[in-house]
Amino acid sequence: MTKSNYPRIPSSEITPKEAYLSRRDFIKAAGVLAGSVALAACAPKVLETIEPTDNASPAAPSVLTQTDELGDPVNSFEDITNYNNYYEFTTNKTGVARLAADFPTSPWDVKVHGLVNNPLTYSVDDLISKFQPEERIYRLRCVEAWSMVIPWVGFPLWKLLKEVEPTSEAKYVRFETLLNPEEMPGQGSPFYPWPYQEGLRLDEAMHDLTLLATGLYGGELPPQSGGGIRLVVPWKYGFKSIKAIVDIKLVADKPETMWNTIAPDEYGFYSNVNPYVDHPRWSQATERRIGELQRRETLMFNGYEEQVADLYTGMDLELNY
Amino acid sequence: MRMPRLTPLQIVVHIAGWLPLVLLVHGFYTDQLTANPIQAIEQRTGIQALTFLLFSLACTPVASIFGWKELTQRRKALGLYGFLYAALHVITFFAIDYGLDLEAVWRDVWNKSYIIIGAIAFLLLLPLAVTSLKYWMKRLGRNWKRLHKLVYIISPLVVVHFLLVVKGSLTQLQGNIYQPLLYGSIAALLLILRIPKIKQALINLRSRLGTWNRTRHAAPTADK
Repeated sequence: MTKSNYPRIPSSEITPKEAYLSRRDFIKAAGVLAGSVALAACAPKVLETIEPTDNASPAAPSVLTQTDELGDPVNSFEDITNYNNYYEFTTNKTGVARLAADFPTSPWDVKVHGLVNNPLTYSVDDLISKFQPEERIYRLRCVEAWSMVIPWVGFPLWKLLKEVEPTSEAKYVRFETLLNPEEMPGQGSPFYPWPYQEGLRLDEAMHDLTLLATGLYGGELPPQSGGGIRLVVPWKYGFKSIKAIVDIKLVADKPETMWNTIAPDEYGFYSNVNPYVDHPRWSQATERRIGELQRRETLMFNGYEEQVADLYTGMDLELNY
Repeated sequence: MRMPRLTPLQIVVHIAGWLPLVLLVHGFYTDQLTANPIQAIEQRTGIQALTFLLFSLACTPVASIFGWKELTQRRKALGLYGFLYAALHVITFFAIDYGLDLEAVWRDVWNKSYIIIGAIAFLLLLPLAVTSLKYWMKRLGRNWKRLHKLVYIISPLVVVHFLLVVKGSLTQLQGNIYQPLLYGSIAALLLILRIPKIKQALINLRSRLGTWNRTRHAAPTADK
């Protein structure tokens, strides 16, 4: 497996692991802070006295790089795999891992079809041997104003699209999650228009940052994280990064997307991370990085502005939220 | 000092009142409040505040319909526990989530109606908590009762606050709205039971059933 910490930056700019707090220390620090709410003036001092410690979790597979290109540490394997927005199982983020534990992610097939010259159904094993997945450390910003840094293993979607050859009429890519209420109990809920579907404009789908992930933390992709195979679009809100994909279709018209169908004025087709376009529920100007106490400023396009801003030249991002 | 004698219901109420807080603190120190503990505290204290408000709102109708008089004496404690969790909810939001950064709160308040509605509900709840002392009850006299009718406005506001904060859409009946709808239905039921005609009808129904029960049990002995 090759290592690619996208975008590449000199290792001298990477913050050493010792410079950040482990989650457990954060919890203690937060506890001390909670206790001293009445004595709010001394709270910042309390935080500064916390000793940095090692964040390695025994259960976590090895991770090749420790930080993203901005120097922020990756979140623990435990946090990434136990705090999941995955309504196909349950709306309770901490309940997904347990309910998905027996969900079979291998073998896994993905049908790639629509406006393409070479439609084909691939198995994830085929895709892995064909496209040689690499590690990519991306920030994931949830629309609910929390975020994580996640070391994915995957390959860029463009490699697959190049192979199936979209025709000139293809303008969008539509993705669909497995529909199987027996194995995904949340799909029994009548409040959602299952199956989950998502979409990208073709140029977004062809962007090198757009990843099909088949692994996490140097290992397999756990079922609660979207195994067999999932999309990761790091400059968009997390719900665009559809999980457990079984169907990829090249289409001419803008596809329907799950959250846009549910609440069209809240969740747009583009859903680019944008601190200047607000949301009625969550602050999009700030976010909480999981493991940190203070909110931090949300970055335009989740910090990938340099790479993706060109895709949206001339577009009004407030109208195309 | 002599210990006051507690009724079984009183013991249940006070255990139920403190238990969620004990579990929350325990969960906090044993690292069980998810990877996002601040949000977990906000959500849990919010739900508990609404739960206790609805319990206190249930006391009067349940007491009059089922004739369980003691419930009306527990109403105040239940309401105060509701206030306790509402206060923890608000403190967590301002002091921990936003780290007392009033500018950031201010920026977010204006386009998030759920914060405004929640804040109104809490500000209305505040005088009810303060005037729960005996001193104020005596001093306010008839107005005390009038003031405390504010809870009929507060509980719907809290339900709306809850509906606005979950991911989903009420108009399309889609998303994560099952829980606020459940709480909303209970709140609506408890308010409907206060409409005099409905309340009287239920009391009449109960006393008719009571009479029917008594006659049925009495009948065999009368035959002897």
